[in-house]
Amino acid sequence: MFDDLKPEALRYVGKSEKKVDDTEKLTGEAVYVSDMKFPGMLYAQVKKSPHARARIRNIDSGKAQAIPGVRAVITGEELAYRLGLYVVDKYILARGEVRHYGEAVAAVAADTPEIARAAVEAITVDYEELPPVLHHMDALKPDAPLVHPDLGSYSYVAAAFTPKPGSNIANHTKLRKGDVDKGFAESAWIIEREYSCPSVQHVPMETHVAIVKWSSGDKVSIWTSAQSPFTVRNLFCHAFSLPHNNVRVIIPYVGGGFGGKAGIGVEPLCAVLSRKAGGRPVKFQASREEEFSLLPCRSALTYRIRTGISSEGKILAQHMTMYWDSGAYADYAVNVTRASGYSASGPYEIPNAWIDAYTIYTNKPFGTAYRGFGHVEFHWAIERHMELLALAIGMDPLEFRRKNALRPGSRTLTGEELTEHSGSVLKCIDTVAAAISYGKITKEEAGREKRTGWKIGKGIAALQKAPAMPPFTATAVIIKMNEDGSVTVNLALTDLGQGTYTSIRQIVAERLGFVLEKVKISFDCDTEKDPYDWQTVASKGLFLSGNAAIIAAEDLLKKAYAVAAEVLHVGLRDLGHDGDKVFLRHHPARSISFSSMAVGYMMPNGNGIGGPLIGVGKYIAQGLTNLNKETGEGHPALNWTFGAHGMVVEANLETGEYRVLRIASAFDVGKAVNPELVRGQAIGGMMQGLGTAMCEGYIYDKEGRLLNPSFTDNKIPTAKDLPLEVECFVVETAQIDGPYGARGVGEHSMISVAAALGNALRKATGAEILHMPIRFEDVWRALRNKKPIDNWITKSPLGSCRSVKDIPSVAD
Amino acid sequence: MMKIKVTVNGLEYERDVAEHRTLLHFIRDDLGLSGTKEGCGMGECGACTVFLNGKVVNACLVLAAEADGASIETIEGQAGSFGLSDIQKAFEKNHAVQCGFCTPGMVMSVKELLRHNGKPTPEAIKEAIEGNFCRCTGYTQIIEAVLDLTGQGDLKGELKHV
Repeated sequence: MFDDLKPEALRYVGKSEKKVDDTEKLTGEAVYVSDMKFPGMLYAQVKKSPHARARIRNIDSGKAQAIPGVRAVITGEELAYRLGLYVVDKYILARGEVRHYGEAVAAVAADTPEIARAAVEAITVDYEELPPVLHHMDALKPDAPLVHPDLGSYSYVAAAFTPKPGSNIANHTKLRKGDVDKGFAESAWIIEREYSCPSVQHVPMETHVAIVKWSSGDKVSIWTSAQSPFTVRNLFCHAFSLPHNNVRVIIPYVGGGFGGKAGIGVEPLCAVLSRKAGGRPVKFQASREEEFSLLPCRSALTYRIRTGISSEGKILAQHMTMYWDSGAYADYAVNVTRASGYSASGPYEIPNAWIDAYTIYTNKPFGTAYRGFGHVEFHWAIERHMELLALAIGMDPLEFRRKNALRPGSRTLTGEELTEHSGSVLKCIDTVAAAISYGKITKEEAGREKRTGWKIGKGIAALQKAPAMPPFTATAVIIKMNEDGSVTVNLALTDLGQGTYTSIRQIVAERLGFVLEKVKISFDCDTEKDPYDWQTVASKGLFLSGNAAIIAAEDLLKKAYAVAAEVLHVGLRDLGHDGDKVFLRHHPARSISFSSMAVGYMMPNGNGIGGPLIGVGKYIAQGLTNLNKETGEGHPALNWTFGAHGMVVEANLETGEYRVLRIASAFDVGKAVNPELVRGQAIGGMMQGLGTAMCEGYIYDKEGRLLNPSFTDNKIPTAKDLPLEVECFVVETAQIDGPYGARGVGEHSMISVAAALGNALRKATGAEILHMPIRFEDVWRALRNKKPIDNWITKSPLGSCRSVKDIPSVAD
Repeated sequence: MMKIKVTVNGLEYERDVAEHRTLLHFIRDDLGLSGTKEGCGMGECGACTVFLNGKVVNACLVLAAEADGASIETIEGQAGSFGLSDIQKAFEKNHAVQCGFCTPGMVMSVKELLRHNGKPTPEAIKEAIEGNFCRCTGYTQIIEAVLDLTGQGDLKGELKHV
């Protein structure tokens, strides 16, 4: 979809046009599901488990049912429906056993939220507490309790996933490339480390909310704050065995998603309450606390990496084992594992690789997609590891990265050969290194160090990510011409604020040759009126829907030209058009306006020809394959977006406090369709990355109760946490099959921010931190309690078993 | 229940409210002004920021009963018949809106700032919106909107092409 057009030939693509949804959002007119009310609507509340694992002996809801205004009370025993994206493992309400703190065991719908709350209070549950399995590494032990003893009987997507019945392993992804034994044997150095990070909450400002009306004849209407209308419908229909055309899903404005609303959430719960309440619409909105513990989070990760390096500093072999904590249910976590598995080395060429990635059930709130889809977590590990490797072998970390970075001709872990059109991680690395004056302390910085007494350090981390999606992922766009020659565009990709609709509007206007004002993107998504889209996830929206929009625009023009050719009695080849009319190119006065053809052209005698002009565009991912389940070989990547962050921090060596002074980020986006929107994604993701890097994360007590399900105890970054300087760069290596050369960048800005921070802090303080978030006290502890890291280097030309702390940093 | 009388965006309302009803739920549910959002209900996130008698408050922390006789300003009162307010226009021009859920509260906090400070520094702007969480934008384009509006547009950053 990329034509080699000069930027000056483009009217809208590449320009920072205003967002299509600003006015509604700035005036408060935009209606979110949170704001919606329907006649007769009931309000739902849920009874939640105070235990991480317990048998439900009995639920007494008699008192709740007797409260005036209570219209439906429901428990898991009545609901045999199981749900699951990839592994069908979750009941709507817990049945028999609760598997995590905060899991819903009963629900109420009532005339008011207050009555519903009182009714939930009146429900009593008799639990028999069971020993929970809380840490994912403990869950692998042979004597660990099984979170899902019936795993063997669950259905799952066999083409992509491998659950291990009789264990807590929900999926095992394997990748084998080359000969790792040989690679290690030839290595001068072998270095191994382990890195980790906790579960994290997405924190959309609008918590999960849905309204569902289960009408007569099993016709179900769902209004929901979700990312993917067709996936909600599909999973819903599978769970309830309903025909797809019985169920309608409508998504209006959405107050943030970040992956937490990618699949199905609270819709089935509202649905069963509505059915039980005689078809009255039922609304459930998660409280902020429920958003943390009832709804899914990001998986924790333990990542062990062993690397063999030649004496010249080239990585020869890498053995990678990922342990992903799925929590109580598999949801997206199994696919996070799969997508992370085939990307596990980051943007580096590893000739011989061995990867085992496990998704592990535990008795904790469950893991799902979160911006970056595993890449934020494992890049924390891999980019800290690259730093450590470089220092251990006495190379500058930047040089080491440059030497091993993917480049044209490199083969990815799955065997895909990169070309010069694939994007350039090297350019991104070099750009951010230059931007932060990497490797030196400027005069200004030296002055600042003197003034503050704090030490300045600089670090770099690179990144890559491809959309994680089924190989046959498809979408469609419809462009309908209105009577006045303007157009309305329908698609089921949702705009959660990221701005894809604005970019697609620019693409449609560009391809049609119309002024921007003539192009409107229809906002609410509706499975009954919009054409199919798989999901709004994976940074694939602009690429797939942008391409479909181009094809739809061309289809519309083709259909208009056909009518014009007939009216003007000319051949198609001789026609041209502008924003208002189709004309004969060598005789432009002979023309016909779009408006006169928009809904059917009337000949002078009244005869009609043509009919409503509707352009249809569909696009399906090209050339992707399933991966070989034993070797991981195949083509999973629609495209790779590469990037890098450079960070400057200053730290107080006494207290462990630190400040991020500067961040420079660079991404190879192919083409920045709307530069200010790209910048919005770059900075927004960077800040979310800083939250993950500096302070966010789930904290549990020993019984598995979540201790910090609130903004009081789980801070997210505020404006005051912004680095003093933020710089955003784009490299534009056109993606040949991308719309105007573009590839996605929605997630990438969040990836590797934590590692850049870790690397910069190490440089500033010497603290080797292997777990994120890096709180001030972690730096303080690391500085005071340097644990010896003996036996991590098992082979080196300088003798084996050297402790890392003894090795001088070249950059020092 | 008790009867209260308030003026919201220049219009008078008289309603019966329960003693425990928050000003936020009163505004959203009783008056139908849903532009003011609820992000946490605990006074942490700032999504429900409104003016109460000329001062910004988190409406989730105020009881409707306390607002009896008060004058209240919400996001619905910001745009006039001639279109968006200057603050709203600056947000639009500077791409300061993403999902939009924090936007109404953010606009109110910026309005409060500009009442007292005609030319705020970036630090002063950060201070003023510190209580308004935004998970999407990373705040920078919001800060730039305020700088632009107060004649400091030269401090605005841009996407750099390599």
